[in-house]
Amino acid sequence: MSGARNTQVFDLNTSTLRELNSTLQQEGAEGAWEIHNPAGRHSLAVGLTNPVSVTIDGHAGYYAAGMNQRANVVINGNAGQGVAENMMSGSVHVKGNASSSAGATAHGGLLVIDGDAGARCGISMKGADIIVRGSVGHMSAFMAQSGNLVVCGDAGEALGDSLYETRIFVRGTVKGLGADCEEKEMTPEDLQILTGLLSKGGITDIKADEFRHYGSARKLYHFRVDNASAY
Amino acid sequence: MCGIVGLFIKNPALQPELGRLTSLMLKTMTERGPDSAGFAVYGSSASGQRKMTVRGISADNIGDFEAGFLKAAGGSANVAKHQDHVVLTYASDLEPAIRAFVNGFGHGVHFASSGESIELYKGVGLPEEVAARFDLEKMQGTHAIGHTRMATESAVTIAGAHPFSTGPDQCLVHNGSLSNHNTLRRRLVNEGLTFETENDSEVAAGYLSWRLSQGDKLDQALESSLKELDGFYTFVVGTREGFAVLRDPVACKPAVMAETDDYVAFASEYRAFADLPGIENAKVFEPEPQRVYHWEHAA
Repeated sequence: MSGARNTQVFDLNTSTLRELNSTLQQEGAEGAWEIHNPAGRHSLAVGLTNPVSVTIDGHAGYYAAGMNQRANVVINGNAGQGVAENMMSGSVHVKGNASSSAGATAHGGLLVIDGDAGARCGISMKGADIIVRGSVGHMSAFMAQSGNLVVCGDAGEALGDSLYETRIFVRGTVKGLGADCEEKEMTPEDLQILTGLLSKGGITDIKADEFRHYGSARKLYHFRVDNASAY
Repeated sequence: MCGIVGLFIKNPALQPELGRLTSLMLKTMTERGPDSAGFAVYGSSASGQRKMTVRGISADNIGDFEAGFLKAAGGSANVAKHQDHVVLTYASDLEPAIRAFVNGFGHGVHFASSGESIELYKGVGLPEEVAARFDLEKMQGTHAIGHTRMATESAVTIAGAHPFSTGPDQCLVHNGSLSNHNTLRRRLVNEGLTFETENDSEVAAGYLSWRLSQGDKLDQALESSLKELDGFYTFVVGTREGFAVLRDPVACKPAVMAETDDYVAFASEYRAFADLPGIENAKVFEPEPQRVYHWEHAA
């Protein structure tokens, strides 16, 4: 059940958001789906657990493709706050810009943003791969715990504040590093991981050796009064 | 929460649509603010004339008010009634006399705005109802700013509804909360400003008016507010010619903008843009924190 021939269309001018989400969430849902006239509605294609392909043809509001598992969601437009929030697996591809908190707390899966992401991209991420072709706003990867954040453009202030074990790769400038985030050596292993990520994100015109690598200095894992001023 | 919308028309052919588009945007933002709504429309202006919007006029006192105004204004003055709001038009040099008359009238009548082109309306109720009450759909003009309020820190009253206008042709809408507004209000009162409410947003409006009265350009006034205003805010500001947007350094409050050759639009959420013409090809972006965005019509 795949291919354009079997693509099913949900027009939100004639169907409700609840009908859309419950259909896609229904046990056994499969194949390709197109969502027409999203008009920036919130919570489009959230909570999916079936391996469906969903194309949102236009701009999405808050929490698009939130809590995704196994589905592959493409947004042909911009996404509002919290796109792919708490994703577990599958993929979300935003063709435009994303607002703040993209991929927040995501445990797994792949989030690709072709444009810019707003503030707090990848906040508290726990294992996802987030690839941003443009720039990210301030406090991105704040308290990020695991996974990879790749930024082909620039990063705003306080990048990686209170970071745990997420790898951050930035190609452009970094306005400032947050507490306990430091530039790391780019080891051959890191380079290999980054090369794989760029390839996963469909980025062929940018080379891995153009990036810098940032990570946790691991001084703030446990509270020590000597480090109190660093928070 | 609260919702903010703004529409600045670049292509004059779209000016007749200003009210209709603004009312659609306000209606969509109801979920962010169902308590009260308000809007300012910058419409036509005639040289040597001023307009004042006054609110809180009841059927009982409209007769006395109109007679008193026409007496204060002399001959060529006009009164346009929109429910409990009226727009007074009069010769520019009569501004102090008209202001004194309005302030002295009593009976719950309040000054709302004045200037060459601004008209300002606000009311309690669902945004759609407030817009319909004043026939926003039929209003024309160059730019408009609107607000839907979800009251969190003060009562649901018309006085607490936005926009706030504290200077000629100026108005401000705000989503957020300011933490140093009391200190700032005292300072501004010492500078000679007066405030009608305890609302933090009115202080922000007053601060901008004060900077503008000191000779700042709109963008300079907004730059200085970044240093002086403490708290969370997304502001949309209107002046006679201009339209500006500012977000605090943390950018907690949502904001999205869309620009085409025909207009610049602002909203708290993208949804509010969905009915704008040509939105599918607009440049849609999230304004950066601490950056002043502003547009002006040629004077």
